[in-house]
Amino acid sequence: MTAPVLRATGLAQRFGPRTVYHDVTFEVAGGEVFVILGGSGCGKTTLLRQCIGLLAPSAGSVELLGDDIYAAAAPARDAVLRRIGVMFQSGALFGSMTLLENVMLPLEVYTDLPPRARGHIARLKLGLVGLADAVSLLPAEISGGMVKRAAIARALALDPPLLFLDEPSAGLDPVTSAGIDRLILDLRRDLGLTFVVVTHELASILAIADRCLMLDRDAQGVIATGDPRRLRDDSEDAKVRAFFRREAP
Amino acid sequence: MAQAATLASAVRGEARVLSLRGQLDVAAAGVLWTAALREAAAQPARPLIIDLAGLESCDTAGAALLLAMEQARPGATFDGAHPHVAAVLERARAALVEPPPPPLVKPVSWRVLIVQGLERAGDGFAYLGEALVAVLRLPTRLRQFRLADLLRSADQAGVRAVPLVLLLGLLMGLILAFQSLMPMRRFGADLYVANLVADSLLRELGPLLASVVLAGRSGSAFAAEIGTMKVNQEIDALATMGIDPMTMLVLPRMVAALLVMPALTVLLEAAGLVGMSVVLVGSGIPLVAIAHQVVDWVQPMDFYGGLAKAMVFGAVVAGIGCRAGLNAGHGPRAVGQAATSAVVGGIVATIVLDGVAAVLFFRLGL
Repeated sequence: MTAPVLRATGLAQRFGPRTVYHDVTFEVAGGEVFVILGGSGCGKTTLLRQCIGLLAPSAGSVELLGDDIYAAAAPARDAVLRRIGVMFQSGALFGSMTLLENVMLPLEVYTDLPPRARGHIARLKLGLVGLADAVSLLPAEISGGMVKRAAIARALALDPPLLFLDEPSAGLDPVTSAGIDRLILDLRRDLGLTFVVVTHELASILAIADRCLMLDRDAQGVIATGDPRRLRDDSEDAKVRAFFRREAP
Repeated sequence: MAQAATLASAVRGEARVLSLRGQLDVAAAGVLWTAALREAAAQPARPLIIDLAGLESCDTAGAALLLAMEQARPGATFDGAHPHVAAVLERARAALVEPPPPPLVKPVSWRVLIVQGLERAGDGFAYLGEALVAVLRLPTRLRQFRLADLLRSADQAGVRAVPLVLLLGLLMGLILAFQSLMPMRRFGADLYVANLVADSLLRELGPLLASVVLAGRSGSAFAAEIGTMKVNQEIDALATMGIDPMTMLVLPRMVAALLVMPALTVLLEAAGLVGMSVVLVGSGIPLVAIAHQVVDWVQPMDFYGGLAKAMVFGAVVAGIGCRAGLNAGHGPRAVGQAATSAVVGGIVATIVLDGVAAVLFFRLGL
């Protein structure tokens, strides 16, 4: 078993009197595709934001690549966060920059690469996600699927070993969505990346996930973990079965 | 902890060998990039072998460096790569395609500029026509004309602009009076500074400056607001609901600006007269004499003509701001461009119209 690249221990999140979840504990091993799933409002994106350092948990800790990001001092935490890549749900590409410039930005800020080298590497990253011929387009000029791919390319800019993807398939047609799933699996196979993916797209979960963690709003926490195919076939929890079989409660 | 990659050069028989050792990640690639390409291109007569046997790991940035070395020296061969390094290299090779040629930029000619100018003028006239049609159809679309929007726009463009307008007017009056006083005093015509400043303020500067304030504060705000609605497809949503954006979004703002401009102009002029009086009283001219000069000199038409101009300026500046918003492109940059376009267009249109009004008033003897 590879050493965990992400370890969350006893995470809780409260907004005022409302508890979103409590006692969420899990580990993600290197090279794994780990999916956080659950119905709307269960706290998937909140959990992701805690894992990437954007939201300090009400309780618990998050270790990324061996470092506790909320216990570490700001410079040390920033250094750890530079070793992860994040794709936000909307893509969050900078609208005033071309795709190439979007991918080049982290390279400009954090490396000593000469300008031509940055362009060369950024083109390679866009090529990795199948956007080699769209380097000079603006985000507003490309489709939703291309936005997601470009956002993955930007997340890959500094070659992080761990990528977080928030709803990579949301709003995409099934074919484009399957293409994103294929891209995730290809990048994992070819580059040995680890993925933590937040999604509730059933087809994507079954296609890409090695393991998953299911949150539930009513239970205010985790109701299932494991291989999603096993959960679909064998789970005795009614909510888990309903989710995987697309049954109304 | 793995060592950052290093580069060494050697000669093996006829061939030159560049050996890479350690961990070739994005940081190491940044350090080695220039030297590695220079070494790869050196001694072109000798075959080049890039020895990767000592390379423990390589990420895609490192692979990009290796491929750039290969490009710098056609015919170079990689040797001894570990399977995982070879896999990343092959994945990167498949991903790296030649950049597309830069788009052809047509040379700008006078003909192109004239055609573009005419097209823009045509668009402007079309917009004016749409606004006119919206006004004529207003009785049949009264429900689309939202009074709340009108009041909100009047508050934004009028009430909230009052402090700025008062400050600007006061300073303008002070400066004009002070600058005029020096030369006029040499001719013993101190008292006539009141005539000069009052006439300038009421006929020209009052409406002009109020319009510039409107363009800077509210024209840009209208453009940004409507531009954001365009970017968020809210304008499309209105169209699909059969609601005319011109009636619902543009007319209330134009009417609001048209209504608040006379009030802003009067306030600016009054503040200007106060500023002028401060300077003149400070230079020893009694207030009653200043008031007498102003009342005696200024004609009602100076005042009303200025207010009429202000109303026209207000409607035009608001119309240009709304048009800039409706014509916004896509993305956040488009909203910024729309706001800039609204301010520049509003100020230019104000000055041009002021010139036209000056000629018109002169011809009509007003």
